[in-house]
Amino acid sequence: MYAYTDFDTAFLAERNRQFRAQVARRLDGSLTEEEFRPLRLMNGLYLQLHAYMLRVAVPYGSLNPAQLRALADIAERWDRGYGHFTTRQNIQFNWPALTDVPDMLDALAEVGLHAIQTSGNTVRNVTSDHFAGAAADEITDPRPWAELIRQWSTDHPEFQFLPRKFKIAITGSPRDRAVTRAHDIGLRMVTLDGAAGFEVIVGGGLGRTPMLGKVIRAFLPASELLPYLEAILCTYNLLGRRDNKHKARIKIAVHENGLEAVRDLVEARFAEIRPDFDPAATEAELGRIAAQFRVPLSKSAPDTAYHDARAANPAFRAWADTNLHPHRDKGHAVVTISLKAHGASPGDATSSQMRAVADLAERFGYGEIRVSHEQNLVLPHVELGNLPLVWQRLKAHGLATANVGLLSDIIACPGMDYCALATARSIPVAQEIATHFERLKLEHDIGPLKIKISGCINACGHHHVGHIGILGLDRAGVETYQITLGGDGSEDAALGARTGPGFAYDQIVPAIERILRAYLRLREGRDETFLQAYRRLGLSPFQAALYELDSADAA
Amino acid sequence: MAQHAPATVVTANALRSGKVVWLTASDDWSHEMRAACVYLDAAQAEAALARAQARMGEVVGCYLAEVRPTPQGPEPLHFREVFRRDGPSHAARIPA
Repeated sequence: MYAYTDFDTAFLAERNRQFRAQVARRLDGSLTEEEFRPLRLMNGLYLQLHAYMLRVAVPYGSLNPAQLRALADIAERWDRGYGHFTTRQNIQFNWPALTDVPDMLDALAEVGLHAIQTSGNTVRNVTSDHFAGAAADEITDPRPWAELIRQWSTDHPEFQFLPRKFKIAITGSPRDRAVTRAHDIGLRMVTLDGAAGFEVIVGGGLGRTPMLGKVIRAFLPASELLPYLEAILCTYNLLGRRDNKHKARIKIAVHENGLEAVRDLVEARFAEIRPDFDPAATEAELGRIAAQFRVPLSKSAPDTAYHDARAANPAFRAWADTNLHPHRDKGHAVVTISLKAHGASPGDATSSQMRAVADLAERFGYGEIRVSHEQNLVLPHVELGNLPLVWQRLKAHGLATANVGLLSDIIACPGMDYCALATARSIPVAQEIATHFERLKLEHDIGPLKIKISGCINACGHHHVGHIGILGLDRAGVETYQITLGGDGSEDAALGARTGPGFAYDQIVPAIERILRAYLRLREGRDETFLQAYRRLGLSPFQAALYELDSADAA
Repeated sequence: MAQHAPATVVTANALRSGKVVWLTASDDWSHEMRAACVYLDAAQAEAALARAQARMGEVVGCYLAEVRPTPQGPEPLHFREVFRRDGPSHAARIPA
């Protein structure tokens, strides 16, 4: 896997030294909170409802075992023994003391991790396909490009004070697992006459004004990626609104000025700055980076153990059917480790679970771990013959729940249980939906389903692109939940449609059940997924089921 | 008697630990909401808030939270303050 250079190491050490001094000056009264706040946010430190929260970047969702062990150690030493993996492939610690954060950052730096640009109006951690470099359906591993973007965007002097935060996602597969159309810039690798390039999508985003990104360049030669990204950022930096925080994202700039006008400005700027970028140097750096991402696959275990376990053990077979994805090498599989045991907080992992995953990655997974935006962990390369052993170890740590892509594989933001911005809870809603349908034993019958829950309008839980989206709001001092249906974060991206009036906290689980019972009644067969049925039938039959049965709740 | 403005308490997060604190009648910070001083008078509440905000070496983000006085101590009027008092509602289910 890619290892940081001496440049990165020195940079991190210097940043951490600076932040340690800034914390000391805050504590001794030399800095006011107003002065200190932007400094701590630049280093990923928020103040939440109950405590500080440290958001650590997991670059494009890739970790090595030493890094995951360091995260486990940090959670145990300075937090409460667990971490929360987020919808941006990062990890958050929910309980650090301000006085400990400099030591935590030093411990992170020892394994090449940091919290830089995980907050603030900068280019945030670049997110990517969590199956990158492994999936059978991939054109190219996008992570070398993601790393190039990380190097270009980190501490970029022109882009530290953008109108608003800026999120870039990249995928190398036609199967979009990175939700590229819900990002400020989405990059999809494509080929044209045999040449590699990107489809560049701009102006996507969720939040209070959800919009799907629009294609600003259908084909950008890969070697021109950095100057083109820089041209977009330069254009946005000038065009983006600074008068209204809620209208400051690039999606609004594209919406208000029109795609054509933005494209003209970007292309003009691109023509200006392109000579400053050396495509040969980019290619050389890309080659250096890509070499480090390559995994030399080997074959040590015969496949028979896998096939025997499938035949003999229904629990293993159920897990293999839901949690494995086809690998580019037929002798390997991509393993998704569910952090969604029924009743657990989505995305939480204890220190001992993190260590168990690190050990498995080291022993059976070529030292690679991924964090998915769906708040699970991934072992991208596991030999088929080792899968039964991996499953047993996962099971021993409560990590073998066979529910990936199913109803209980719910995305949920931290919500009112942690977040200072939240207007309602989301984690307990996810827990109760998962345990309720587990009791009904309906999850496998219902089949593929993405439920996504946000505890406020900022939509960290991606509810707009959930097949079923749930948005928690504060209506006159009462938690109220709005439902959207038909959202999709894949290559067929769509924003969900609101069903109508919201539901009280204790009514949201029965409401979801009414929708899903309607689906089971209306589907043409088990092969028709919820999303397919919704697309065939539209909103109204689900609306009818949702409100007619219990019209008092809809008032 | 008609209440023109709800009773309030002064709350904040401790600077060093980040933990939730409430201002007591003796102008100390307590981790227990029931120890909070309840202000029935808006002007007194604003004055207490101003004093608290000046203590920037101790706390961050002071504000007035609306409460209902009870014999057991102040009860939050808004559910957000209930979570700040009680901690995450899913805490029992955090994996051990």
